[in-house]
Amino acid sequence: MKKFNYIIKDEVGMHARPAGLLVSLARNYKSKILIEVKGKVADATRLMSLMCLGAKSGDEVVVTIEGEDEDAACEAVKTFFLDNL
Amino acid sequence: MRYVVGKSVYKGIAMGPCAVLKKDGHQVKRRRITCKESELERVRQAILRSKEQLQRLYDKALVEVGETSAAIFEVHQMMLEDQDYLDAIHNMIETEMINAEYAVAVTGDNFSEMFRAMDDDYMKARGTDIIDVSERLVRNLIGEEDSDLYFDEPTVVIADDLTPSETVQMDKEKIIAFVTVHGSANSHTAILARIMNIPALVGVDIELDSLKNGTMAIVDGIEGNLILEPDEATCAKAKDKILEQRENEMLLQSLKGKENVTLSGRKINVYANIGNVSDLGYAIENDAGGIGLFRSEFLYLGKTDFPSEDEQYQAYKQVLQTMAGKKVIVRTLDIGADKKVDYLGLAHEENPALGYRAIRICLMQPDIFKTQLRALFRAAIYGDMAVMYPMITSVKEVERIFAIVDEVKKELDEQGVCYAVPKQGVMIETPAAVMISDQLAQMVDFFSIGTNDLTQYTLAVDRQNEMLDEFYDPHHTAIFKMIQMVIDNAHNAGKWVGICGELGADLSLTEQFVRMGIDELSVAPSMILKLRKIIRQIQ
Repeated sequence: MKKFNYIIKDEVGMHARPAGLLVSLARNYKSKILIEVKGKVADATRLMSLMCLGAKSGDEVVVTIEGEDEDAACEAVKTFFLDNL
Repeated sequence: MRYVVGKSVYKGIAMGPCAVLKKDGHQVKRRRITCKESELERVRQAILRSKEQLQRLYDKALVEVGETSAAIFEVHQMMLEDQDYLDAIHNMIETEMINAEYAVAVTGDNFSEMFRAMDDDYMKARGTDIIDVSERLVRNLIGEEDSDLYFDEPTVVIADDLTPSETVQMDKEKIIAFVTVHGSANSHTAILARIMNIPALVGVDIELDSLKNGTMAIVDGIEGNLILEPDEATCAKAKDKILEQRENEMLLQSLKGKENVTLSGRKINVYANIGNVSDLGYAIENDAGGIGLFRSEFLYLGKTDFPSEDEQYQAYKQVLQTMAGKKVIVRTLDIGADKKVDYLGLAHEENPALGYRAIRICLMQPDIFKTQLRALFRAAIYGDMAVMYPMITSVKEVERIFAIVDEVKKELDEQGVCYAVPKQGVMIETPAAVMISDQLAQMVDFFSIGTNDLTQYTLAVDRQNEMLDEFYDPHHTAIFKMIQMVIDNAHNAGKWVGICGELGADLSLTEQFVRMGIDELSVAPSMILKLRKIIRQIQ
């Protein structure tokens, strides 16, 4: 299992567009990717759950990835957060 | 005539008949089904069709409003792929054996409620997206076509709230304003209005059912008003405003970025008069070549005590940085018995215009003056600043000012504070200053003629006394003779002259001023491009 933390820098937070991008990305991997914010957890392949996390600028996100391609998935998701959020 | 207040999300004014978009509100009926397999298949087909439609909308929006706004239709497509949303629909169909339309409508409502309950305006507004997607799905289940919204004439669109699909499917050529009962500054209506540059009001409290299509409406985004069935006088006023707005837009388009240069090649500086840091936006929007009069009074008015040096420094610095190297002429404190501040403790005067005011206060209470000069000099390192002193009547006053300036420089040097000495000029606004402008020109870097006070003092007419309006003649020959004298004296000494009073914005005089040799005109931001137009036509 891989795990990392990230603080959201984007002003609007996890809004529709980045959430949508994350869903497309997560679907490429077999691993289960979970996003946790303020005690709420969402599957990264589920758009509305992601948006309902209400992750805002300054919030800490905990990402856990588990599965056969977890190394590659972890790298990709990390890069995604740095670039988009 | 009826006024309704709303929240303006885009400035401007428009007038036209309104089109009221009432939601048909697909009354989706709950039906029992016998075969859940075929019902699930109907959902699959409807989703496919919806996605195709959304792709077309995305392509249309991409061309019309750009990628950022079009992206919402990508998100809509993803919502239709969302496992939670689909699971909820499937579950309802399977466990309750009900029709697909009903399952979709209920699921849409539930998910939308979830978003509307979030404590974030952006997410709240996304509730509308879920409803939009779900309604599309229902339409496709029923077999209803996606219909474009066309209007025959320029139309004010009034609706409860507009979904992204509705806004993109509208024929934008004919829409002149949006009004919605709901919706926030984050709503699609608001975003679209800003992109289309048309006035829009949200949160307008009207009963849509009481409103007929074709009712005349004025949308005033400046005042934040919707006016229904306006009377003739109101219509006429609105028309004037619309014409002015259109004229300005055309000027702006054609003249922005161009020089204020006559046909014979003489360049005139056209600057903006501003009274507050917040006016800077208007100055830049109207392509001001600089700030010709920055009234520093705002820092002093409406306060309970003097503004600190640092407070002033921050304000001046902000203006210089915003103007990014363009000239900024700050007028030092011009306050008196007519523009009173309590903490100055000014006594009542019989004749405030001739009283204790402006530079007179600064010379009598040098501490106030020094604080302002220190703030100005410290800020001067951030751009091209000039300072001008108001209400000058004698050479002696200028000498006293310079003595105080020297003291301030010495203090700053001793304290090792970083500063720059800006160019220094005087306002020419008393007949005395005009008559000695040859001597003053030797002492200072520039003149700025304040025509309002100059007219009042020359014609001996109190500007505040309405009874004297017919005697207040700003086009009096005496004024022009004085202006000519000031220009000649300045030019003889190799100095430049500007006008910052109301006369500078009098378009009937622009050509005359240019011929008289004026170097700069400083006017309200909205007048800049009008002046530019005239200057560029002068032979």
